[in-house]
Amino acid sequence: MTDAPRRTALDAVHRALGATMTDFAGWDMPLRYASERDEHVAVRTRAGLFDLSHMGEITVTGPQAADLLDHALVGNIGSVKPGRARYTMICQEDGGILDDLIVYRLGETEYMVVANASNAQTVLDALTARAGGFDAAIRDDRDAYALLAVQGPESPGILKSVTDADLDGLKYYAGLPGTVAGVDALIARTGYTGEDGFELFVRPDDAPALWAALLAAGEGVGLVPCGLSCRDTLRLEAGMPLYGHELTTATTPFDAGLGRVVKFEKTSNGGAFVGRAALEAAAARAEERPPRKLVGLIAEGRRVPRAGYTVVDAAGTVIGEVTSGAPSPTLGRPVAMAYVDAAHAAPGTEGVKVDIRGSHEPYEVVALPFYKREK
Amino acid sequence: MDNPQHLRYSKEHEWLSDAEGGVSTVGITEHAANALGDVVYVDLPKVGDTITAGETCGELESTKSVSDLYAPVDGEITEVNEGVTDDPSLVNTAPFEGGWLFKVKVTAVPDDLLSADEYTAFTAG
Repeated sequence: MTDAPRRTALDAVHRALGATMTDFAGWDMPLRYASERDEHVAVRTRAGLFDLSHMGEITVTGPQAADLLDHALVGNIGSVKPGRARYTMICQEDGGILDDLIVYRLGETEYMVVANASNAQTVLDALTARAGGFDAAIRDDRDAYALLAVQGPESPGILKSVTDADLDGLKYYAGLPGTVAGVDALIARTGYTGEDGFELFVRPDDAPALWAALLAAGEGVGLVPCGLSCRDTLRLEAGMPLYGHELTTATTPFDAGLGRVVKFEKTSNGGAFVGRAALEAAAARAEERPPRKLVGLIAEGRRVPRAGYTVVDAAGTVIGEVTSGAPSPTLGRPVAMAYVDAAHAAPGTEGVKVDIRGSHEPYEVVALPFYKREK
Repeated sequence: MDNPQHLRYSKEHEWLSDAEGGVSTVGITEHAANALGDVVYVDLPKVGDTITAGETCGELESTKSVSDLYAPVDGEITEVNEGVTDDPSLVNTAPFEGGWLFKVKVTAVPDDLLSADEYTAFTAG
């Protein structure tokens, strides 16, 4: 027996909009409002509004908050300046990924860790277990925030029309407190779509009014409400990994091609951090004899690869596995991310196919991402 | 949504038109199209194929999933909708009209097909 799914502060709003809802990591979330392809295109060309309140916020405060995070995470959190954010990961002692995270430094001794909904409890437990000996406090703030995201090329203009905050001075992966449509918010220039955009952390009680204000502000430039379905195709085109697909406890950051998030050079705690020894070995292995590499695959046909489908060579031998796949609205073809044996992982490798329910369909191997916005 | 009164429906969410000269048109319902989301690929039986009621005869792929297409009757395929092969979004935009899937010369009709009202009640549950 499972618990009834949790509902966000915007639940009634979604239902009034006629959203198709889905259970995601124990939350009842909007999958799409109308056509997920139209929502995808809106974010690429105009703007989209998302409810991401399922994401898990954990606040870490205290004189040794940075030292604790440097010990518990693989990134160099102490080097993050106040008002900036960092993409990072939390790993097991054996180097396996527990979750990928964004850490915002809110103040001199205050950080907010944003975890995936499915892993928020795991991350909270791991941080708590790793906090011994540090003068820092960990607070479960999952219920303290609703999270709205405005993503797409029109998002700066939309947000500017409802806030006096200095958005031009707000760089990518930065955050600042401000007022948006009369609501107190942490305004972050982050996202998971491959577009410029903002994420707004607000009190749950304020979320419905902010949602309405943003929809109204964006109406004239084509902002539409967007569900998790298009969020998945947007992040896939942008080559961004998703926990449970590209990232798992059986994968190290180096296996996922994301070794750059691991900072062996950090000096806090004498350079020690959870997973260090295993990750050094993983880094060496990835350099010398990588087992499999994460690649992009573009279909020559129209059948869609799905997570778990096998990748085969011309002789039908299994050489990899699809971790995410979907029809790409931008490319007009199905695309996938897959772990493929290093010998077949170079872009342009001939004869790479995906077994789609028994039929071996030809695919082109490409470097990720599939899509990169023009700056 | 309105399920047209002149059609009959399977519990697998296909619709079937009344036979004209023994040939019926088959598609999937608006309810099914909405549940699938944007359809991006359809795999249909070929002209001349024999289909059997309740058995799979093709598949429909959407952004998030792939679903089998079930034959609502026994019969032989006489025509497939090339328009929907070229533009699968017709299944979403006009499921009861331009998004039809195939025509079949019917040899047997199962006795558990639903009327429009029965299908509406079936999908409301």
